[in-house]
Amino acid sequence: MDRKGILAARVSVFIVSICFIAMGIMRNEHFVVFKKAVKICLECIGLG
Amino acid sequence: MKNKENISRTRLIIQIIMAVFFNGYVIGFAKGKIFTGATKALCVPVLNCYSCPGALGSCPIGALQSVLGGRKHRFPFYVLGFIMLFGIVFGRFICGFLCPFGLIQDLLHKIPVPKIKVPNLIDKPLRFLKYIILILFVILMPLFFTNDFGISSPYFCKWICPVGTLEGGIPLVFLNESLRNGLGFLFNFKITILIVILVLSLFIYRPFCKYLCPLGALYAFFNKFSLYQMELDKEKCIGCKKCEHACKMNVKVTKNINSFECIRCRECEKACPVNAINSGFNLKKSEEKCENKEKTV
Repeated sequence: MDRKGILAARVSVFIVSICFIAMGIMRNEHFVVFKKAVKICLECIGLG
Repeated sequence: MKNKENISRTRLIIQIIMAVFFNGYVIGFAKGKIFTGATKALCVPVLNCYSCPGALGSCPIGALQSVLGGRKHRFPFYVLGFIMLFGIVFGRFICGFLCPFGLIQDLLHKIPVPKIKVPNLIDKPLRFLKYIILILFVILMPLFFTNDFGISSPYFCKWICPVGTLEGGIPLVFLNESLRNGLGFLFNFKITILIVILVLSLFIYRPFCKYLCPLGALYAFFNKFSLYQMELDKEKCIGCKKCEHACKMNVKVTKNINSFECIRCRECEKACPVNAINSGFNLKKSEEKCENKEKTV
């Protein structure tokens, strides 16, 4: 892939990633992540 | 003249700093509790269990499974956005420089015991295992294997991930008597996996990263496009293959320097006798120099 193609891929992925994060916040997905992360995950530590 | 002496030392220092940074809640280790602050809503770029007492952010693979396996949301925009952002900026530089479990494997591999070179016949097909784990344990199982309430377990975290056992399981079980009462088959199974991976790390370089890590598998797709790139100057290259001999991830450096398997450790750059290998975020200048040279010739 030539330099222009790589640059286009980088810009596209960057824009899509920012849009995805914003869409996730609008759907309150960050709360889902937060709620999971602030409790001890018994399955993750081998007690599940 | 490039100072190559500092390449390995700089990487080690960055790895240590990042391990401390991602697990900076020291009070958690003292009290046997996990951090519950707002930064837990953010994904860190590395495989770092959010049940580690010191963890300040969320593991992206754990978060991916919790969103996929939750009742409401199916497409994980938020977590995928973070993974794509980290991937397009860093690629597998994250594996080589930022990951705490990568650091542990690196340190274990420094212990002077005989090293094993895994035959290509086994090594090459086994490299695909991490992609199978990604698809099966991280994506499909949380999506389809749900309980009666429509919620599923984080299957990769539960059955495979050694990082959760090492960073979360061992310190929390050690510090909390109530958790010790819950020890059983699953804990023993996960401890066995952890011990096997740690012992293998003595003899084989980064076995978890090569064969099992689903996050490394995801970031691999970004290696060719990420802002951080490795570059081989073919005009300077004398074909001595010292770079390939130095590469512990068995990358064919002269053929595909930005391979899926490259973790950007820069050992090839260090080994090159003619400074034909460069790496960094700003390789545009060297590309332009080559283009200008071609135009004038």
